[in-house]
Amino acid sequence: MVPNMFDLYLRRRVINSVGLGVSVLAMLFGLFWLGWILWTLLVNGLPGLGMHVFTQTTPPPGSSGGLVNAIFGSLMMVVIATFIGTPIGILAGTYLAEFGQRGWLAPVTRFINDVLLSAPSIVIGLFVYEIYVMKVGHFSGWGGTIALSILVIPVVIRTTENMLRLIPNSLREAAAALGTPQWKIINFVTLRAARAGILTGVLLAVARISGETAPLLFTALNNQFWSTDMNQPMANLPVVIFQFAMSPYEDWQSLAWAGALLITLSVLILNIVARVMFRQTPNSH
Amino acid sequence: MTAEAIITTPKLIVRDLNFFYGDYRALKDINLTIPEKMVTAFIGPSGCGKSTLLRTFNRMYQLYPKQSATGEVLLDGQNLLDKKQDLNTLRAKIGMVFQKPTPFPMSIYDNIAFGVKLYEKLNRNEMDERVEWALKKAALWGEVKDKLKQSGTGLSGGQQQRLCIARAIAVKPQVLLLDEPTSALDPISTAHIEKLIDELKKDFTIVIVTHNMQQAARISDFTAYMYLGDLIEFGDTSSVFTNPKRAETEDYITGRFG
Repeated sequence: MVPNMFDLYLRRRVINSVGLGVSVLAMLFGLFWLGWILWTLLVNGLPGLGMHVFTQTTPPPGSSGGLVNAIFGSLMMVVIATFIGTPIGILAGTYLAEFGQRGWLAPVTRFINDVLLSAPSIVIGLFVYEIYVMKVGHFSGWGGTIALSILVIPVVIRTTENMLRLIPNSLREAAAALGTPQWKIINFVTLRAARAGILTGVLLAVARISGETAPLLFTALNNQFWSTDMNQPMANLPVVIFQFAMSPYEDWQSLAWAGALLITLSVLILNIVARVMFRQTPNSH
Repeated sequence: MTAEAIITTPKLIVRDLNFFYGDYRALKDINLTIPEKMVTAFIGPSGCGKSTLLRTFNRMYQLYPKQSATGEVLLDGQNLLDKKQDLNTLRAKIGMVFQKPTPFPMSIYDNIAFGVKLYEKLNRNEMDERVEWALKKAALWGEVKDKLKQSGTGLSGGQQQRLCIARAIAVKPQVLLLDEPTSALDPISTAHIEKLIDELKKDFTIVIVTHNMQQAARISDFTAYMYLGDLIEFGDTSSVFTNPKRAETEDYITGRFG
């Protein structure tokens, strides 16, 4: 038996090393592209990034300018869309996780939400174009906001439901055993226990809509001038990047790189801030 | 002498109780009397229905659509299974502690105050006193009095379980249901909890489900042996363990079966 045991251990060690090796290689492969993307963004974006980006509006072809109108427009639409989409998403996700055991409504909702989750964003753009932009008669910031919030909802629904389902039933039973009404169990126990995960879902959604171009092309379009009117076409980073990067003008191209870097950095910073926030409450499961 | 004859002050009386998981009958015509301010243990092999029986006492099964019970469970003469019986008032009278510690995701203080706030409006001082009282009763005060604002989930397993006991008794229930409260704990924490149970029975009627027969022998005054949904034997603990009336009980407690 002894030599056999040795063979067995050797075999396990070899399998372990191979498994570990392949996993590390896969990680490095993934990180390599990520690193390359970030590097390219930094090299091309940093030179174009200066105070003027935050003070001047997008320039006409061939002259210099900044991105302030696009930054402002993106911020407005992303923030408002998140504020519209998040409560709807959390409420619907809570319904699916906490009340969706019986009946037909929950499975149907879940199915439709999955479809919505994987729907190409350009379809959402066309949809809002049809139901809102056409009716109003012109492109507008609100159109963009509506399209973006439709993108937020399924992401938040999905993560909220998943995170709530991870909360063990024993916690719900413990709260119920004290005689806690269901709305209090959900508000003060389960949602609270799942809050870190749900917040991650919201951030995922923010990260996703920050870079969406297609739905905005059909809704907010673009605006070369400083405008805070949500009823008017609104400048935004993704569409500006799209337009400027495709142009032959060097000033525009440099601004496009700067804009791309800005989006990436803000999503990165948002994620880091969220991680740090969670670390302060390490016991929230 | 039968158990019913010894019990002078019954707290809970179970009459013809049947329980169903869908179509499956998990409890069969259970009749049982649980004495006031004593410890009653339910023992039996896995799947015998002892936890199911315990969970009918606070109608925990109502969380799940396919579970139902018929018969009567009388608390001081009032049928708990009656649809008219308000669930929240029932659960204020009958507290429960589970197998795995279930601290809520909030501070130690709030864990205790949470249940109290459901039923009583206390001012700050009164609440502080209640929290201290409950934690002292649960023999946890000394270990946590300086970190009441810290999260309850940061405590050790044994401390978490005592926190859950404190949370249950803070509401001042009459009956305390313990569903294998020590099976996830190490021997030292288990000894803590057992000692605590012995203290608590001065104030509360305690019903405990346990897999550990030595534990049942150590801490309970009455023992019910269950098998496949039937109540096989019920009596005072020393008789059940030293002089069981039924052969099945003897087989189980001597380890020949189960």
